[in-house]
Amino acid sequence: MSIVDARGLRCPVPVLRLAKVAAGAEDGAEIEVWATDPAAEPDIRAWARMRGHTVLGAAPLEAGNDDDGDHRAAVVVRVRVSRPT
Amino acid sequence: MTSAPSPRVLLEAAGHAPWHPAAREAFASLVDQGWADPRRLSAEGRRARLLLEAARESLAAGLGARTEEVHLTASHTQSLHAAVRGVVRGRRRTGTTVLASAVERAAVLAAGRFTGELETVAVDAHGRVDADAMVARLTDERSTDQRATARPVALAALQHANGEVGTFQPVDQVGAAARAAGVPLLVDAGASLGHVPGPEAWDLLAANPGDWGGPSGVGVLAVRPRVRWAPDWPEDEDEWFPGGVSVPAAFAAATALDAALADRRESEVRRRRQVARIRARVAAEVPDVDVVGDPEDRLPHVVTFSCLYVDGEALTSALDREGFAVASGSACTSGSEEPSHVLAAMGALTHGNVRLALHRSVTDEDVERFCDVLPGVVARVRDLLGAHGL
Repeated sequence: MSIVDARGLRCPVPVLRLAKVAAGAEDGAEIEVWATDPAAEPDIRAWARMRGHTVLGAAPLEAGNDDDGDHRAAVVVRVRVSRPT
Repeated sequence: MTSAPSPRVLLEAAGHAPWHPAAREAFASLVDQGWADPRRLSAEGRRARLLLEAARESLAAGLGARTEEVHLTASHTQSLHAAVRGVVRGRRRTGTTVLASAVERAAVLAAGRFTGELETVAVDAHGRVDADAMVARLTDERSTDQRATARPVALAALQHANGEVGTFQPVDQVGAAARAAGVPLLVDAGASLGHVPGPEAWDLLAANPGDWGGPSGVGVLAVRPRVRWAPDWPEDEDEWFPGGVSVPAAFAAATALDAALADRRESEVRRRRQVARIRARVAAEVPDVDVVGDPEDRLPHVVTFSCLYVDGEALTSALDREGFAVASGSACTSGSEEPSHVLAAMGALTHGNVRLALHRSVTDEDVERFCDVLPGVVARVRDLLGAHGL
């Protein structure tokens, strides 16, 4: 599983980082995005709809990972990449 | 001889349209005729009072209300705040829950949270509220066995149409259920009145003169006499809006509504055609774009779309430099951290958002120029972000 750490980045950069990783991923690959921008989760869902990928779920980032001094609530959004064959 | 600069194309008229020429004329004459305090008994005060009453009467006709139901406020935001606060206080023995669609104007949602408990009803991908869910929640009020679980609703709020994405709401259906349940319904017609026929099912109706070419600094709230309410602010002769309003602004607002309604149908047909043109050209000529809102059942003058991998602030700034004034619901342009709650509730892309509201003087040529320029501007902003090929 790849991780895109987009904490502290503003829209549309988190989605852009995710798209770059997804572009090099295989069909069925899972990617996790960590983000603090409130627009990230709705925008990742909209991006997945527009690109045919699947959002597997979203949850608050567990404490312990969030130790880089950014105290805004972070979310984790998990995405499964679909490649048309 | 100097060459004229290329004219600005104003496409962000929501809530702040350019003044209608009739409003400008009325305002100028009222500065002479209606400057005095309408509460005074002097000849000047009485004249101001007559002009204020004439404005209320004229606004009432435009709203489909009776004159005594119409109250003038200092802004559309103040109208919505007072409607929510006044009704929740008046009905506090019944309950303090405010039931609203998730896409109501921020002023309604904020007033609900401030005054009582806000409960929102979800919307579909076009931004239309789940009417069955809203009706079910209102109807619960009547069955005693449901009362243990659901908190009683003090006020229901549903906009006539969404001002960000244009979609009409099922006001008649929700209004009938609210009426049957004995719950007052606040209808925000701030984005629709002056552009389309007004809603009929309301207990409180808010309308925004700035949206139809009237001045800013004045708002309109109509309240049916059956509505139980109480001020949660100090007593004043103007019980809804302490201190009263600017008589010239009120009169100009009424004059602008009259003028807008006089050729409303013609203006609606023209702008509906222009909006359909923009929606079609944007969808066809801009790659990776989400054109949002109901394609048919919508306001005639509002268009919204979001461009993937585009920074909304960079896009609105670039369009501004090209001579086009547009608005955006993207977080990076609103001065707040949060993206548009409307776009998020619909599941639409919130970044790279452009929001247009066409005022009555926008020409077909303006629309074509905008559509000609847009794809190149979007491509340049995307290239700056390195989004090519994603």
